[in-house]
Amino acid sequence: MSASDHLIPVVVSNVVEVNPIIKRFEFKHVNGDELPAFSGGAHIVVEMLDDGTKRKNPYSLMSSPFERDQYAISVRRDDTGRGGSKFMHEQVTPGTQMKISAPVNLFALDLRARKHLMIAGGIGITPFIAQMTQADKLGVPFELHYAARSASQAAYMDSLADRFGDHVSCYCDDQGESVDFETLLSSQPLGTHVYVCGPKGMIERVVETATSLGWPAAHVHFEHFLAPPVGEPFEVHLAKAGIDITVGAEQSLLEAVEASGTPINCMCRGGACGQCETAVVACDGEIMHNDHWLDDEQRAAKQRIMPCVSRFRGKRLELDL
Amino acid sequence: MGPATMSESLIEESIISRPTYGALQIVPGLAHYFLADASGAECVIRVVQELPRDMMEKVHILYVPTPGETALITSLYALGANRFEHFPTIDDAVAKLGEWLSDAKMGSQLYLAGTEGLVGQGVAKGEECGLDHTAVQCEHRGSLARRVQCVHCKTMIEDVTTQPVKCPSCDLLLLVRDHYSRRLAAFQGVCINAEDPSEEIEIKEVFK
Repeated sequence: MSASDHLIPVVVSNVVEVNPIIKRFEFKHVNGDELPAFSGGAHIVVEMLDDGTKRKNPYSLMSSPFERDQYAISVRRDDTGRGGSKFMHEQVTPGTQMKISAPVNLFALDLRARKHLMIAGGIGITPFIAQMTQADKLGVPFELHYAARSASQAAYMDSLADRFGDHVSCYCDDQGESVDFETLLSSQPLGTHVYVCGPKGMIERVVETATSLGWPAAHVHFEHFLAPPVGEPFEVHLAKAGIDITVGAEQSLLEAVEASGTPINCMCRGGACGQCETAVVACDGEIMHNDHWLDDEQRAAKQRIMPCVSRFRGKRLELDL
Repeated sequence: MGPATMSESLIEESIISRPTYGALQIVPGLAHYFLADASGAECVIRVVQELPRDMMEKVHILYVPTPGETALITSLYALGANRFEHFPTIDDAVAKLGEWLSDAKMGSQLYLAGTEGLVGQGVAKGEECGLDHTAVQCEHRGSLARRVQCVHCKTMIEDVTTQPVKCPSCDLLLLVRDHYSRRLAAFQGVCINAEDPSEEIEIKEVFK
């Protein structure tokens, strides 16, 4: 059973070009029904039917958690990716009917926090927009530090600064501005929780800095969805089903398993939640572990794989599916 | 409660809510706060004297001596902490800890050493000030005397060494349970002869 087994039929009610690389998509239920409740930081999985290929990509909800009549996501176009973002940018227009999963939150605000410190890099801003709406309404102190390559690429930077004023600090790489994590994380009152969403390097720097300063792990939250990387096609044997499947160059292993009709658990589809963890029965070759779930020891052991983002190169891979 | 290293505490394993204690060990931190009574002073000395001089700027020590004792005050002072203050009662020292922690930043670590009453009240103050429980380490030393709440009249009874104990406020004879409240930093005392108040029960000294 997976969150994406019960899909919600929606219609695209609006598409807004936020800047040359980012578009916002708004969804309403096809019947005009209320959409499921969610909290800031939640994501949905969007199903894309692209000329015979079925893709399911996770996107953070950026709309207000207090409004259930529509959802909004923002999609950054990646021309070197598998084509999901390109499909959204080129094929999806107002009136397009699609299916989405119910929201799942792997990046929720910790409501025990006395203050929420949010750090966003680039398109990583989206979950924070919903979170700030929530924190603002709850009356809990919060602060956003938002870094982007340039002002023209920094989606929503101006509107957020207008809306939340002093709560928002902006940094543009091309202006030589950057967040001083050491100073920022050394000056937070007790009871603060820090949240970071953005490029891998940024998440690593924040987590390392907080840890070295003595922040408890339970106060440090991060989310980094991966788009499943493209790669060489490979063969996999599914031991329980007794079948061999081929994973295409632009397909994920998870998608190939689903396409074969073999049951598999999954949730985030981006290497973060751990739901699709699968036992490896035999492996003669190299597993390209691309997830954020398994630790280094588990990776080296080659006994577990996260089919949503990981791939294989070698002679034979057998999975317990 | 702190790293699972060897402890010299004599506490026996019991129900889950009954706290157990580790041994203080310095971990990375922006600042290091210590609270100890006379039985825990040596724990503070043990870990702080190992620190490099340039880290002493980050060390803050609160101490509750036994009346008339000065040798440990001298030793603790000689460690050269950024701040060192001593108070005649646990209440006063814990109140000062609250003042210090209200200005403290994320990354602060709290180290508590001594009797259970002091440790428990330090834990509760840390939590009240927003410290995560993983940023608080405790080492138990000294007496096993318990701080007990009479669950009937809510009186706090300090330094309880007997089983049962008579509540000084409502006069009920209380069974001292292992059931511990982290919020109150106290064990729960429940009337032991409620069905028949005339029942005589021998009072034995058990928490030494």
